[in-house]
Amino acid sequence: MKITLEVNGTAHTLDVEPRRLLADVLRDDLGLTGTHLGCEHGICGACSVLMDGEAVRACLVLAVQCDGSSLRTVEGLAGPDGEPHPLQRAFSAEHALQCGFCTPGFLMVAAGALEADPDLADKPDAVAGVVGSNICRCTGYEPIRRAITRAAREQREASSTHER
Amino acid sequence: MKPASFDYVVPRTVAEAVQALAGPGRTAQVLAGGQSLILEMHLQRIRPRLVVDINRIPELDGMRVDGDGLRVGALVRHAAFERADAVPGPLGTLLSRAVVNIAHPPIRSRGTMAGSFGWAHPASEWCAIGVALDATVEVTGPDGERALPARDYFLGPHRTARRPQELITAVRLPLLGGHTGVGFVEHRRTHFCFAQVAVAAALTVHDGVISDVRIGLVNSADRPVRARAAEQTLLGTEIGPLPTGRRLPDGHPFARAGRVAAQEDAAPVAEPYADAEYKRQAVAVLVGRTLREAATDLGSRLAVRQGDPR
Ligand SMILES: Cc1cc2nc3c(=O)[nH]c(=O)nc-3n(C[C@H](O)[C@H](O)[C@H](O)COP(=O)(O)OP(=O)(O)OC[C@H]3O[C@@H](n4cnc5c(N)ncnc54)[C@H](O)[C@@H]3O)c2cc1C
Ligand code: FES
Ligand code: FES
Repeated sequence: MKITLEVNGTAHTLDVEPRRLLADVLRDDLGLTGTHLGCEHGICGACSVLMDGEAVRACLVLAVQCDGSSLRTVEGLAGPDGEPHPLQRAFSAEHALQCGFCTPGFLMVAAGALEADPDLADKPDAVAGVVGSNICRCTGYEPIRRAITRAAREQREASSTHER
Repeated sequence: MKPASFDYVVPRTVAEAVQALAGPGRTAQVLAGGQSLILEMHLQRIRPRLVVDINRIPELDGMRVDGDGLRVGALVRHAAFERADAVPGPLGTLLSRAVVNIAHPPIRSRGTMAGSFGWAHPASEWCAIGVALDATVEVTGPDGERALPARDYFLGPHRTARRPQELITAVRLPLLGGHTGVGFVEHRRTHFCFAQVAVAAALTVHDGVISDVRIGLVNSADRPVRARAAEQTLLGTEIGPLPTGRRLPDGHPFARAGRVAAQEDAAPVAEPYADAEYKRQAVAVLVGRTLREAATDLGSRLAVRQGDPR
């Protein structure tokens, strides 16, 4: 089946079998191997990407379902000049990754939450919801929580200085 | 494993979807949120020949209040119920307290309430609320529309009164009135697990006397359960002041209702980490706690109303 996907701002026309998962098409057909596959059961969240702005499990969505959708993967987070995204800087500053396997998934769930809610920094429960969405075997989660909160604060400060 | 191959269609209307499902000699599956179906297809426990993706049927989207009920279209995602004010009155509070127990945000942004009724997992929060509140499942098939009362709808794990050619178009829930308080308490091992046991309750009190009570049990039998025997013990009972300690006294009507629910209403199925006796004990304790939560909720609703200067 012919589908059109916009991935990180670039349009792609692909011919895919209906049985193929979004995660496999991103990785194998588009070479975007930043989207990791851990469990393929919707549990670990390593495969999380943004579909029309919302975080989804790329292992529980068929690629054909995304026909006409706009997708963002971890490769699309950094700026065009390679400048890391505020979340990426915060993850580095807070030591929120060790082996890094889970990191793309956490970054994308957090990016979706940050874009949907400019006041995320004031909502520890919402941050806990993001942290609790995915599995990390290394960090113990606390540094990830700190990193997301840090990026949320920076985002809010940046937008309030803009307003001034 | 990956899903086996299948044909895929994307109807734009309910009529087209029903026509696709009715095709001869094919094992078809409706694809809603896909958060259960695609997983089962990975495991190849389900191998449909045809997948009917209903996500592009505008008439299935949206929920609305009509009369004394809430009609939830088949494409309304779990996440729509996260805010207590998404749905008016105590029903909105009940749905918002339950929904946070369904997986986690990325699953809730795709999975649907109607899909949970389609999947009919004994541990589904929505299905137990449905039987407790006398929900109706609206389906459309080749022979037209039917409205199936939730109490007759669930036949066992993943087995329902829906015929394979029928599409669930909506789930209808009654709005709960002003004298009702609600509670939802779940016990499970981790965020990613289904409930070991959970309880939903709606408690209606007039002049200090319990005039109606609904208790739904999650994962306490091979299908969702309405705890009618426990409800019976409470009807006509004076609610009295709520006990203050952490633990309900054994003689309190809510504690007694919990024991009756565990012995007479529940028919627990043993699972790893939760055998039948364990589940009975959990039902007894959680029913008591949930009723207490519902009574507290009712108390705060009444306090708000009395404090209202109008
Ligand atoms: C990690 C994880 C944890 C989860 N935890 C929970 C939990 O705690 N509690 C819980 O209740 N669920 C849980 N789920 C399941 C989730 O809630 C699903 O969203 C839900 O069970 C099914 O909804 P869906 O829209 O995704 O349906 P789908 O997966 O698309 O469909 C499920 C089944 O229902 C049928 N169906 C769906 N819609 C219709 C319709 N309109 N008409 C006819 N048939 C239909 C399908 O054909 C299929 O057989 C979890 C899932 C995952 C991956
Ligand atoms: S690979 Fe998708 S959730 Fe684990
Ligand atoms: S950093 Fe290793 S799994 Fe999270």
